[in-house]
Amino acid sequence: MSKVRVLVGTRKGAFVLTSDGKREKWDVSGPHFAGWEIYHVKGSPTDPDRLYASQSSAWFGQIIQRSDDGGKTWHQPGTPAGEAPAPGPPQSESNRFAYDASAESGKPLTTHQWYDGTQHPWEFKRVWHLEPSLTDPDSVYAGIEDAALFHSKDGGQNWEELAGLRGHGTGPKWQPGAGGMCLHTIILDATNPKRIYIAISAAGAFRSDDAGTTWKPINQGLKSQYIPDPTAEVGHCVHHVAMHKARPGTLFMQKHWDVMRSDDAGDSWHEVSGNLPTDFGFVIDVHAHEPDTIYVVPIKSDSEHYVHEGKLRVYRSRSGGNEWEALTKGLPQENCYVNVLRDAMAVDSLDQCGVYFGTTGGQVYASADAGESWAPIVRDLPAVLSVEVQTLP
Amino acid sequence: MSHIRIELPYHLRTLAQVGGEVELEVEGAVTQRSVLDALEAKYPMLCGTIRDHGTYKRRPFLRFFACSEDWSHESPDALLPEAVASGKEPLLIVGAIAGG
Repeated sequence: MSKVRVLVGTRKGAFVLTSDGKREKWDVSGPHFAGWEIYHVKGSPTDPDRLYASQSSAWFGQIIQRSDDGGKTWHQPGTPAGEAPAPGPPQSESNRFAYDASAESGKPLTTHQWYDGTQHPWEFKRVWHLEPSLTDPDSVYAGIEDAALFHSKDGGQNWEELAGLRGHGTGPKWQPGAGGMCLHTIILDATNPKRIYIAISAAGAFRSDDAGTTWKPINQGLKSQYIPDPTAEVGHCVHHVAMHKARPGTLFMQKHWDVMRSDDAGDSWHEVSGNLPTDFGFVIDVHAHEPDTIYVVPIKSDSEHYVHEGKLRVYRSRSGGNEWEALTKGLPQENCYVNVLRDAMAVDSLDQCGVYFGTTGGQVYASADAGESWAPIVRDLPAVLSVEVQTLP
Repeated sequence: MSHIRIELPYHLRTLAQVGGEVELEVEGAVTQRSVLDALEAKYPMLCGTIRDHGTYKRRPFLRFFACSEDWSHESPDALLPEAVASGKEPLLIVGAIAGG
């Protein structure tokens, strides 16, 4: 029988939740990296035992952790657990994210827009998102704050910036949102290995059709009333983007406000918020087998980051947007004031698609029936930053 | 060669997989820079956690104390006290107290 492994990043460590295909009884392992912020944990699609984790701290900076045995043991890439380091100068580069400053990158940028409108130098803060390659477990992308995209070809030991993104020329117009200027979404296209989508708060969405060398902003159709030019080429606070692997030209976006859809690989977008009670939110995801079935969790507003009316409701559209139904069975429907952050929803690929999300209140909910009913796997973790799911044979 | 003792904050002890004080041999002058170079050479998993990659600037929420004095703002090439160089006193690497 298939198994499911849920990888949870929290404010105070990582947790690994496992179950058989029934998804009724769960084993909870953790906290791993106790006391550290774990922004993201994700497994390789080609080697499910290969996991990558972003571990960070305001005190001690960034650490990259890797597991080669499905999360039982971890090590910093290049520094295997228990091995004596080689003599000579320090070699550990797995947490070194040095912005490209070479002339070869074309147009390296040194500043972006700061909160007061002045220009501010790019400064590395943390890794928000790790996206393993679809074909090579040693290849992994990292989305970082201040926003840039990095790539490792050696299992996370060394990182190189894909500088064409910051070199695109619009960098001076990018600016941090309340959570910082982060590159939080990385989507790889299985049908076109050269195509990569990324999204940045607050710059917008970008697409590369040459494996990350050059980039194009794909924000036409977005309208953001909180920026000087609401339809500007860049500057939009995109919260998350999702894609179904069987329909790679169709993208769904949860923007700061507005749920959006594109059917031309991001070249144009239209709003599909429809009958949602509020279209502010962070997460958005797509059913594993139904490319037109999407999920969001509406949040009251940009000033009140908790669910609307004190009710935790996942909204599902089976028509690719516009018509939404509230999914509430098993979720608290009174006195609930949690948030669901942008990387904190995922789906499994079992026949009956499972949907999972984590809250800032420390609950991780699972639905084994595509959202019809929900049950908490755990209730009292630290605030959940990210949720990813692996479907194992 | 000087025998140096270093006391690390809890999370860095965990990262380096050490239980108590760290002991190091340092060649030449005993300064913040030479001690941290030796520390990172022995425990490369600590690279970037005490001082930044490239610039080697002390991370803002960390402090260096020795012999009841704050050495955080001293030059990284200033000689540390003789008591540290002789191993009588440890160099303390301390995380700022914050949070609720």
